[in-house]
Amino acid sequence: MVGAGVVGAACAYYAARAGLAVAVVDRGPVAGGTTGAGEGNLLVSDKEPGPELDLALLSTRLWRELAEDLGEAVEYEPKGGVVVASTAAGHEALRAFAAGQRAVGVIAEEVPGERLRELEPHLAPGLAGGFHYPQDAQVQPALAAAHLLRAARRMGAELITGETVTAVDLGPDGAVRGVRTDRRRLAAPAVVNAAGTWGGELAALAGVHLPVMPRRGFVLVTEPLPRVVRHKVYAADYVANVASGSAGLETSAVIEGTPGGPVLIGASRERVGFDRTLSQEVLRRLAGQAAELFPVLADVTVLRAYRGFRPYLPDHLPAIGADPRVPGLHHACGHEGAGIGLAPATGLLIAEQLTGKQPELDLGPFRADRFPVVGTA
Amino acid sequence: MPTSPSDPSSFGPPADASSGPLADPLFDPLFDLAVIGAGPAGLAAAVTAADLGLRCVLLDGGQGTGGQYYRHPAPGLGAARPDRLHHHWSAYTGLADRLAAHERAGRAAFRGGHQVWALERTGDGFAAHVTRGPESTDRATVRSRSVLLATGAYERQLPFPGWTLPGVVTAGGAQAMLKAGLVLPGRRIVVAGSGPLLLAAASSLVTAGAEVPAVVEATAYLGYARRPGVLAGVPGKLVEGAGHGGALLRHGVRLRPRSAVVEAHGTDRVTGVTVARLDARWRPLPGTERRIDCDALAVGHGLLPQIDLATELGARTRTGPDGAVALAVDARLRTSVPGLWSAGETNGVGGADLALAEGELAAYAVAGALPEAGTLRRRSRLRAFAELMAAAHRPGPGWTGWLRPDTDVCRCEEVPVAAIREAVDDLGAGDPRTVKLLTRAGMGWCQGRMCGPAVACLAGSAPGSASGGPGPDRRPLGCPVPLSQLAAGPSPESPAS
Amino acid sequence: MRRRTPAGLVEAEPGPAHHIEFDGRPVPALPGQTIAAALWADGVLAWRTTRVGGKPRGAFCGIGSCFDCLATVDGRPNQRTCLLPAEPGTTVTTQEGHGRADLAV
Repeated sequence: MVGAGVVGAACAYYAARAGLAVAVVDRGPVAGGTTGAGEGNLLVSDKEPGPELDLALLSTRLWRELAEDLGEAVEYEPKGGVVVASTAAGHEALRAFAAGQRAVGVIAEEVPGERLRELEPHLAPGLAGGFHYPQDAQVQPALAAAHLLRAARRMGAELITGETVTAVDLGPDGAVRGVRTDRRRLAAPAVVNAAGTWGGELAALAGVHLPVMPRRGFVLVTEPLPRVVRHKVYAADYVANVASGSAGLETSAVIEGTPGGPVLIGASRERVGFDRTLSQEVLRRLAGQAAELFPVLADVTVLRAYRGFRPYLPDHLPAIGADPRVPGLHHACGHEGAGIGLAPATGLLIAEQLTGKQPELDLGPFRADRFPVVGTA
Repeated sequence: MPTSPSDPSSFGPPADASSGPLADPLFDPLFDLAVIGAGPAGLAAAVTAADLGLRCVLLDGGQGTGGQYYRHPAPGLGAARPDRLHHHWSAYTGLADRLAAHERAGRAAFRGGHQVWALERTGDGFAAHVTRGPESTDRATVRSRSVLLATGAYERQLPFPGWTLPGVVTAGGAQAMLKAGLVLPGRRIVVAGSGPLLLAAASSLVTAGAEVPAVVEATAYLGYARRPGVLAGVPGKLVEGAGHGGALLRHGVRLRPRSAVVEAHGTDRVTGVTVARLDARWRPLPGTERRIDCDALAVGHGLLPQIDLATELGARTRTGPDGAVALAVDARLRTSVPGLWSAGETNGVGGADLALAEGELAAYAVAGALPEAGTLRRRSRLRAFAELMAAAHRPGPGWTGWLRPDTDVCRCEEVPVAAIREAVDDLGAGDPRTVKLLTRAGMGWCQGRMCGPAVACLAGSAPGSASGGPGPDRRPLGCPVPLSQLAAGPSPESPAS
Repeated sequence: MRRRTPAGLVEAEPGPAHHIEFDGRPVPALPGQTIAAALWADGVLAWRTTRVGGKPRGAFCGIGSCFDCLATVDGRPNQRTCLLPAEPGTTVTTQEGHGRADLAV
């Protein structure tokens, strides 16, 4: 497993549980990339019917199982999500979206505008209405990765941090033989690319094209507060932004409390490469939208802001499963902003495939060779 | 509604820069230079820059100039002899007078109560984003072609059992409260930690009437004096040290080298401390403990450069001999960020004389003028001395020997040693950032300023080390900012000048 | 001999003292002092209890870096008392935890 983020951790966990000998290697620490910059959303509410929602529903079930052992340690909260619309037209759009989701097993309960504040007393008055998604949940992402890895290590997995994979070794038959790091050689008949935003680079080491690109996001963190937001609450336009192909800056209010006390305020999306520059415009929009949705937040203090780079693929679906171009190479990356939520399903499917079982879901839509190579090197 | 610089309606017409006073809040031009921090380095820089014809604005989070070193009683306290709490007080009054003259002439502006929380690079220089208070209207944006960072330092702390008790204060904090508010945290104050600040603090405290039963220093005193060549170059330092020593001697203060406070006792406030001898690596030696009764403890382990605004812009850093991360600057005090200069403690802690010299040199560099050779030489000498001091007072790794599993490391989030050790031993954390993610140590109000060095040490990697550490702390927000001010956005561009 | 004091050392002749209110009782303050300084002068070292352990805290760093000296001032929680001037009539309340219990839902 290359990558000690939450996806690599889940792959290691399920593979070790299936009896495989596993090593996880990362150039940084545990949760050092996008995982450590995530909010920990386990969402079905923002996904339209299709392969990603299937993954999310499977993950929802798996997270519930994992929570029986790890729940408290990873701050698992089955708090549910609330999506709100400020206009009647927006509410109508949510209604149509929810109808499609219900057909495939998502629980979505319509909430009329006048009853939203029963769910969320601090919501701004006058919202047109919303939907309550009781299956949405939350974990603390770094803790989730670390505890999955700890569980994997207890089943025999090895964790190697601070070593960079410099090569993927291929045999004369073109099949994977293992990886080389800056310090050692790790022999293995299977290599799982869980390198997140850097998954394209790892794929390139194996000689294949996988166009994983970064999509920058900022999160604001408030001072510690009592519980002022009960659910994960977001504005209806978030769904459109998540699915959008735009390169420009998109922001929509996504607000949630945490067991630690602070409220997290997202979400922004923009394609600016790995530029880490703090954007005043992003800060302005995130803060403004948060205060619009929860006026009480206008009076609190923001202690910090952090940024991360979501790994996205052009069709917004991850790459999961065996790469037909290189025997032994598997991908588990490109989950964009949904990696925390989708990690267990990804890990389980990878483990099933590695042990020769029929994966629980059709991996066809997630094939890594679905992107045409543009131009030639 | 009060008119503020952030009110777009308040911008006057483009004015001739050589006329109208810059202190006029109605007109906010693009300054040639913004100096952030009005301590010794910032004051010297602002005054020198104005001397050289630059239009300069000096920003500070405090209401007045002076910073921490020249902190002095508010005018309402009517102190006739503030100099009695300061060495070289005239150096400050001289700079303050020159600044006032520049302000009257419209060549410089001082803006107190302006805490800069972010620097942004703009097309023509920088925008300094400022918070001035809790209201949404308390936001300001100050634009300039260049910026000189003179944000000084804050104190390095190493936790010990009982260090969160009321009455345990930082050595610098005890001095600051004394110098500005004329108050003491108690009557019988133990001074402990490491570094030359301890002597200065103890000397101030006894002179102001406190009883100081002991000064507890973790290193062997004046280990740096073994290099007389360097010391000889800075006689001022010797005089200052001798001054402190004399005061302490007169008041019967007991100096305890190679020792540390390993526990503070009390329930609601400190009632005493346990002091133990240390070995060369700062490990407490069993059987050497002795108890000292006191009603306050002033503790600190030297200073750490306050460099968030620059590291957030990607400025290069270096790790000094004291293990502290400072900005890397060239001989003309330029950081690696074009247009950003740095003077004083931000380049490595070295005291007020060095800060004064660097402030002056940086101003010359910004103005493109040649400084006096004497100032250059003085700066080199003082820098060499600072490095020597830093090396002598670098904390030894054995200090963790006085921790207990339930000792809180992070004061804000109340994260004990045991939680950090679990993150490192069982959860794979090997660097401060991962420890923070897994334990919340450093995620509270102070953003890791108090626990940072301890967490780095417990994580087995100091920031910036080659062991895979993530480099210096990066804090996109240099201080907490009211959400309403973030939502208000920066004030619009000032008219072209 | 007169006991040495900070004010005596710098030959301070402050303006007349006024009062702030701390947890319902008057505490004297000299013009120009911060809230934390006025409380220290009155022998008070703690004016906050922590969020997790309920432990008492007061001023630690004295320069606005550590945020240990937070208190509720004139009804507004999380104010740094080591920076805020003690104005006549300022009301300071010991802050419990985050100081925002009124917002809990």
